[in-house]
Amino acid sequence: MRIVCCIKQVPATDSVRFDPEKGTLIREGIRAEINPYDLFALEMAVSLKEASSSGSSEVIALSMGPPQAEEAIKEAVSRGADRGYLLCDKRFAGSDTLATSYILSQAIAHIGGADLVVCGRQTTDGDTAQVGPGIAMRLNAPCATGVLDASVSDDGIIAMKRVVDDKIYRIKCALPMVITVEIGANTPRMPSLKGKMRAKKMDIPVLDADTIGADEGRIGLQGSPTRLSSTYVPEFRGRHEVIECPSDEAADRILSLLKDFGAI
Amino acid sequence: MGKVNYFLTEEQKMIKELAQQITREKIIPIRAELDEKEEFPWSVMEALSQADLFALFVPEEYGGIGGGCMDICIALEELAYGCIAITTTYAATALGSYPILLYGTEEQKKHYLPHIATGEKLAAFGLTEVTAGSDAAAIKTTAVEDGDSWVINGSKQWITTGGEADVYTIIAMTDRHKGPRGASAFIVEKGDEGFSFGKKEKKMGLRASTTRELFFTNCRIPRDRLLGRRGLGFIIAMRTLDLARPGIGAMGVGLSQAALDEAVRHARQRYQFGQAIISFQAIQHMLADMATQIEASRALVYAIARTIDTGEKDIQKLSAMAKLFPTDTAMKVTVDAVQILGGYGYMKDYPVEKMMRDAKVLQIYEGTNQILRNIIGQYLNKEYS
Repeated sequence: MRIVCCIKQVPATDSVRFDPEKGTLIREGIRAEINPYDLFALEMAVSLKEASSSGSSEVIALSMGPPQAEEAIKEAVSRGADRGYLLCDKRFAGSDTLATSYILSQAIAHIGGADLVVCGRQTTDGDTAQVGPGIAMRLNAPCATGVLDASVSDDGIIAMKRVVDDKIYRIKCALPMVITVEIGANTPRMPSLKGKMRAKKMDIPVLDADTIGADEGRIGLQGSPTRLSSTYVPEFRGRHEVIECPSDEAADRILSLLKDFGAI
Repeated sequence: MGKVNYFLTEEQKMIKELAQQITREKIIPIRAELDEKEEFPWSVMEALSQADLFALFVPEEYGGIGGGCMDICIALEELAYGCIAITTTYAATALGSYPILLYGTEEQKKHYLPHIATGEKLAAFGLTEVTAGSDAAAIKTTAVEDGDSWVINGSKQWITTGGEADVYTIIAMTDRHKGPRGASAFIVEKGDEGFSFGKKEKKMGLRASTTRELFFTNCRIPRDRLLGRRGLGFIIAMRTLDLARPGIGAMGVGLSQAALDEAVRHARQRYQFGQAIISFQAIQHMLADMATQIEASRALVYAIARTIDTGEKDIQKLSAMAKLFPTDTAMKVTVDAVQILGGYGYMKDYPVEKMMRDAKVLQIYEGTNQILRNIIGQYLNKEYS
């Protein structure tokens, strides 16, 4: 079984600072890390590989980013991926989720396809949760988001537990498919010393737009219809009411409120 | 930033980075809770095993990485930055494994070391008894040959990871009339007939580490559990401790560094008389002494660990020094860190009171610092004769 795990290098969550005047992240001097959501995806990919009865299963980490995103691929190798590719090309810069999922799907096809593509549910810097489903659409494969647990049987059927609106669904699907993994689905393992040593010596092949046969009109700013008009931290606007009165009166008041909301 | 260049190899930088990551992500967030609840750090042991850190002290042919003394010291220093109770649990497995590494037969090594390298089995070392601490030759536990077995009777006191570990290397008297030359080393496994554990000790510090008594009541083990030769017990114990002591020094360095970092951070933020207290010379001088003594400790540990890695055999005095100075420093630095934090330092909301409680054991276990001074003094007497 060939598993491709898509990862993104993002500013470390513990070191992010925000410029409130410009409305942008301050990127200078910020430590980069693998998107924390992607670590759950990687752990699931590596566990599925380990549980696979076929000895030829492998996990390939795939990332689009600047040259330094090679570190993210190497970290993925130190956490159990077998190898990886870096998608790096100036023409990719400015890609929105539409262009990014096109680029990633082209790359997956270029490296020979995958039985299973595993993505994190979303990133800490973009928060869109669109790239995983976007890849699935372009690969013409089914997609399950918010996966908590998965196992693959010998006949290539993947059984999953996924969470949607606080409800758990158990579903089965024939591979190939794309899944996005929910936060907290597992406990991502530590990098290993042996893995770090292997990663250090490893050459990470770089793929550019030409290699993956990407259409220039569909990548980078040109291929990205999304325009960011502003970013802001949403304010909590929920209404609340403190009921201060004897408990039987309070109970009546709560009862009538619940009726008004149509809750009962 | 005025950092000493210790010329770490690429691999050593990786070990450091990995241990720092475990400290940051797995140790610091839970250390206060484990200390409070006296809870064994299983989650960190799992992380250490995933990270191959248990493989660090095991040779490659037995599934390890074959790291040297310096490599292990780097890992211990970084982990101790987070918590020395948790680090002690890790270090105790190395300590319990050294007798097998140093004196085990090929079969013993093949049987035990691969499981230790993966972290699947923890190890422990048992020498101390109720009446035998610094005077190790006073041990009373006996092992008697009986057909194809050894039968052990007696008890061991204050054994780190006692009860949680699977593999125990212990010292028992096989020929009492021969004095110190009448001791031998054995491997005992959890589950062996007649082998049981005492209650979990309540301690001032090091509370996430488990400490228990070991009881041997007609404990029968196969003949091939003898380590080395009959009568080598004390030599095995001494060589084991010689190899382990620089690691305890390294833990002192990590702990001291953590205390200094807390103290400096606090002194920069705490305002009294209209200014940050770090602007007062009284505070500056304390911090300056702490920082200087820590760097001296680190340089000493690294220099001696590297000497051991060259294959130097006569290491007893050096390894005693590598434990003595950094652990005395750790005690002093942690006391001073509490002083600098003042009332805050005395409160459990801040980490330095735990650091101070924990530091004390470094001056006591694996050879009290008084015994270490004896070793160094006796060596000097010999060297100048």
